[in-house]
Amino acid sequence: MVAPASTGPDRASLGRARAQAQSRIRWELLSQLVRKDLKVKYQGSVLGFVWSLANPLFLLGIYYVIFTYVFAQDAPDYHVYLMAGLLAFTAFSQGVSGASVSVVGNAGLVKKVRFPLLVLPLSGVGFALVQLGLQLPVLFLIALLSGVNFLHLPFLLLLPALVVLVVFTTALGTLVAALNVRYRDTSHFVELTMLIWFWLNPILYAAGYVQSALTDRLGWPDWTYDAYFLLNPMATVVSTVQRAVYQDTYYVDRNGATQQLLADGGYAFYLRNLAVALALSCLLLWLARRTFNRMQADFAEEL
Amino acid sequence: MTTPATPPPVIVARGVSKKFLTHTSKATQLKERFVKGRGGATVEFWALRDVDVVVGEGETVGLIGPNGAGKSTLLKVLAGILRPTAGEVEVHGRIASLLELGAGFNGELSGRENVYLNAALLGLARREVDRLFPAILEFSEQADRIDDPVKHYSSGEYVKLAFSIAVHVDPDVLLVDEVLAVGDEAFARKCLAKIEEFQQAGKTILFVTHSLDLVTSLCTRGIVVDRGRVQYDGDPAFAVGTLRKILGTDRPVGAPEPVAQIGGHVVHAAVASATPGGPRSGRFSAGDTLHLRLDIEALPGPTVHAGDVKVVFMGAGDIPVFSLRTPEGSSLPPRAGRYCVDFAVEVPRLNGAFIVGVQVDEPGTGLPITARRFDSAIWVETGELPGLLDVPATVEIHSAEAVS
Repeated sequence: MVAPASTGPDRASLGRARAQAQSRIRWELLSQLVRKDLKVKYQGSVLGFVWSLANPLFLLGIYYVIFTYVFAQDAPDYHVYLMAGLLAFTAFSQGVSGASVSVVGNAGLVKKVRFPLLVLPLSGVGFALVQLGLQLPVLFLIALLSGVNFLHLPFLLLLPALVVLVVFTTALGTLVAALNVRYRDTSHFVELTMLIWFWLNPILYAAGYVQSALTDRLGWPDWTYDAYFLLNPMATVVSTVQRAVYQDTYYVDRNGATQQLLADGGYAFYLRNLAVALALSCLLLWLARRTFNRMQADFAEEL
Repeated sequence: MTTPATPPPVIVARGVSKKFLTHTSKATQLKERFVKGRGGATVEFWALRDVDVVVGEGETVGLIGPNGAGKSTLLKVLAGILRPTAGEVEVHGRIASLLELGAGFNGELSGRENVYLNAALLGLARREVDRLFPAILEFSEQADRIDDPVKHYSSGEYVKLAFSIAVHVDPDVLLVDEVLAVGDEAFARKCLAKIEEFQQAGKTILFVTHSLDLVTSLCTRGIVVDRGRVQYDGDPAFAVGTLRKILGTDRPVGAPEPVAQIGGHVVHAAVASATPGGPRSGRFSAGDTLHLRLDIEALPGPTVHAGDVKVVFMGAGDIPVFSLRTPEGSSLPPRAGRYCVDFAVEVPRLNGAFIVGVQVDEPGTGLPITARRFDSAIWVETGELPGLLDVPATVEIHSAEAVS
């Protein structure tokens, strides 16, 4: 009945092999969890994944109508500009909100099964990213149909922008997921914050409008415009995605005045902002992981 | 037979304590934390207190105890789900904890999807699940329903599927809470057969159960937990006996309470040894001489009785196997003081673990003055065949025609 004793070194090498297999298994677990969320969300609905497009498209339609006809926004192909920023921010807000309830929402699992808990907030973020992956092609299609040809050099900015988006969303999502276990207010707080945060980014209004508002109307020094982007990684992500897809920095409005729609016409501005945003995101990610790892031992108890 | 070998430890828990705080109102909302501060009324509850458990490779350990004794908490601490308040836990090898069947199941997903999800949670790579899937499917007996959402399963079908995933994950250490045999009788039998397969493969199993028969039939060791402490750790039969004593189910209903202590005498120790008065020894073979030294104190008082000393060797289930007593005329004198009583006995041809009960009676009346039971087991190993008694026998085989 007693098994032959396994020797020490044998066990050590087994341990190493397992550690290597571990990270692969985590990825597989993550993909399984994201798949589960997607399946559960669209289970039994006739349109299925179409719903993940319907929500932002309807929102887009409403904003478009209001801003074009009520606020008389007359930038050409304003809907492409609008959609670019909207999709980027929606991915962020959904990712963070989803992550914030990921641990609490899976209480049954956390209390009964031992698995790397970090995959829970990651699955919340992953879910939002899969949606973004479905929505971006629609954005590209609409842009091409509208005659906006984005297949130029600035389009390459999309890649670093998405990297920053993923890192920043993951960092914030991980942090709020851990905090929400102890303070259930966190998820409500996150929802409220996202409502406000949406308006802090140049999504509906022109990024150029921010510059004129800060320097001309308020009379603040020029560096406040830089600070606006450097302190808010999402403003950087949103403005870079707009630059990658929309591309025309200036337009002439119906009064013949030249208006600045995008944040900047060059590359250096965006690359600098992205570098700072990435650094901030990595710092936050480090902090979030530390917090999560420190708090996770008590999750099962606090749920 | 069940003997405690010394295999390499797989689970080592040292001085593990677990404290729960039951807040009268838990500050899960920031508002409360700010309003009440940290000093809200909290009640401490120690679910585990200084628990030392070392489980060796290949052992099957039954964790038993009354409700609320801390068994499940201990299992969760060993599984790494709960962090111990004090002490440390080490686990070597891949561990699978089965604290609830189908804990990771999602009703909306099909059986197949749940198999993949659940196995991933238990640490299996997709390719491994692909390989194991046919076996899981066959064991679960759900082949025709595997693509239905599990919310449409009956509870029996549900646990069958969950159980088959769990046992096919192939861990080194299996921690199970109360779910060893599920489903109808046929399936429950299959579960037990699978567990035996695990044992033969040298896997370590630690399970919580209230089914005491399962402990005696399946386990190599029993641990009794009560009020957060380990009360007994050793032979499963004695573990069951100890628990029944705690639960008060060790005597038939209506049987009189045994007299624990009328007064006068205290039995301090009973030490079995290979030499008279030598160090404690827990292991004997048939024919050895077992020296049992009792340390009995006659307490000073208005009347000190003389005492007859009786020793009962008890086997599994507290069945008396044989007894010894002080001969006529050599009782403990009716004087206060401390006495050593040495018994020497030639060990009979027995198999298994035994414990001793010591009783002091008043010589004239035979009324018990004091009684005490010592739970440290004395192991006797005589033969290979199962049974309490090793009986020498001769066997002859004849051709049937020659007999008739």
